Amino acid sequence: MTIVVENLKHTYSPGSPEESLALNGVSFEVADGESLGIIGHTGSGKTTLLQHLNGLLKPDSGTITVNGTVITGDAEKEDVLMVRKKVGFVFQYPEYQLFEETVEKDVAFGPRNLELPEEEIKRRVRWALEMVGLDYDDIKDDSPFNLSGGQKRRVAIAGVIAMEPEVLILDEPTAGLDPKAHDDILAMIGDIHKKTGNINILVSHNMNDVTRFCDKILVMDRGQKVLYGTPGEVFSETEKLLAMGLDLPDGAHIAHRLRKEGMDLPDDILTIDQLEREILKAKGRE
Amino acid sequence: MIRDITLGQYYRGESFIHDLDPRTKIVCTLVYIIMLFIAGTFWGLAFSALCLGVTVAVSKVPPAFIFRGLKPVFLIILFTFVLNMFMYDGKIIFELGFLHVTEEGLHKAFFMAARLILLIIGSSLLTLTTRPIGLTDGIESLLKPLNKIGVPSHELAMMMTIALRFIPTLLEETDKIMKAQQARGADFETGNIFSRARKLIPILVPLFISAFRIAQDMAMAMEARCYRGGEGRTRMNGMKMTAKDGVAWILIVLFAAALICERILLA
Repeated sequence: MTIVVENLKHTYSPGSPEESLALNGVSFEVADGESLGIIGHTGSGKTTLLQHLNGLLKPDSGTITVNGTVITGDAEKEDVLMVRKKVGFVFQYPEYQLFEETVEKDVAFGPRNLELPEEEIKRRVRWALEMVGLDYDDIKDDSPFNLSGGQKRRVAIAGVIAMEPEVLILDEPTAGLDPKAHDDILAMIGDIHKKTGNINILVSHNMNDVTRFCDKILVMDRGQKVLYGTPGEVFSETEKLLAMGLDLPDGAHIAHRLRKEGMDLPDDILTIDQLEREILKAKGRE
Repeated sequence: MIRDITLGQYYRGESFIHDLDPRTKIVCTLVYIIMLFIAGTFWGLAFSALCLGVTVAVSKVPPAFIFRGLKPVFLIILFTFVLNMFMYDGKIIFELGFLHVTEEGLHKAFFMAARLILLIIGSSLLTLTTRPIGLTDGIESLLKPLNKIGVPSHELAMMMTIALRFIPTLLEETDKIMKAQQARGADFETGNIFSRARKLIPILVPLFISAFRIAQDMAMAMEARCYRGGEGRTRMNGMKMTAKDGVAWILIVLFAAALICERILLA
């Protein structure tokens, strides 16, 4: 399973006074099993890009190839549905799409749309709920509206992974959660990625999160790909990121300041843990 | 895409008509509509059409824009036309079984259709040249005298304002929920009417919940800013009548007088 995006362009409401170019020639590749982080400001084209990856939007020009299936502006409906089955999409605030009377029925909505046999649906619901760290027998008959915020979100994510997608896209999965739930959900997402070995695409505003969980990072600005590479490569472009008004991971940020103050630190510090080690090393040298 | 639907169809522009006080425009539109029903002959309607044409030209709203607004009511106009054509006795032009078209019927059918078209263009010109907020402010101000007999004019206007304000928000919300359910394999485009209606449940339940959530947040935000209804409330941008409104009032009175004369003398 690979994803190849080539020269993707998309314009909203073409021909009207509100016309806006959301994506302007974006190209990148995601290899099998890789975890990609996408960062950028609101309005930089992140969400538009994601919606192309599972066929909710079609490109004006350029192509998206998901595991050999090519999606262009005039793609066949079958191809789009094919891609949609392979690519699971967890929207921002996914708990707002819950609608069934019980958790079990809600998680089963996706698999049921795939027209799977009843036995298989049951197996997947149980599996998905366990993947998100909920106890199937405990929760299956509860109304999804009576759960806590964090639990609702877990159920909503379970509803997507129950379709067993080969690519999992998450659009700011931790938005609006308290710090504890934030860490729990991210750890859970990392866990799912490890267990399934799927492609993971994570959109986030939090630089620490993408540094911790992603193999590659794509930086978007005004509809264009600005930076692309491993977290080390991307966050070494300190000046470029700061000029765009984007943050650095905490470790990199403090290291940047300390270097300015004249401390001798290596360039590849990203996390607080790395920083701690390097400071101790520097202290030892003195 | 769902967000391309235009509902409050205000046409941004700068013109004599756009500058008028909303109250002037509402009253003039009402007078115009009443006069359309007073007009008794084609001469009266032709004069009304001429006046409306001049108003449209002054407003600088492209005629194509106005005719687009006529499209949804085209069926109603056609229906009235056909119904009128067959409903009157008189000199028969041709017969089709028990149906007969008379000269009087045809005359009446054209007359009613013309009246209806003028009525719709006239009232759509009001919404095209007035911001929704201006419109509700105008209605509130015009209804104010009715406060004494218990009509809650401010509350009515506030409800209208809020309803208009949330149309785009709810459309966006619908778009988002539809996409999320599509990503879970929902298909809204195939099947017969019953299965399609059932397929709307995954959209409607979350949409209702969202609407309630938004309404609650809104109510709380209003209360936090000490909103307590219309009594003693002042406005940041009060409405003001200007010389332009004077001109409009004089013109509409002349128009009404002309049509009343037409009714008395010609009909």
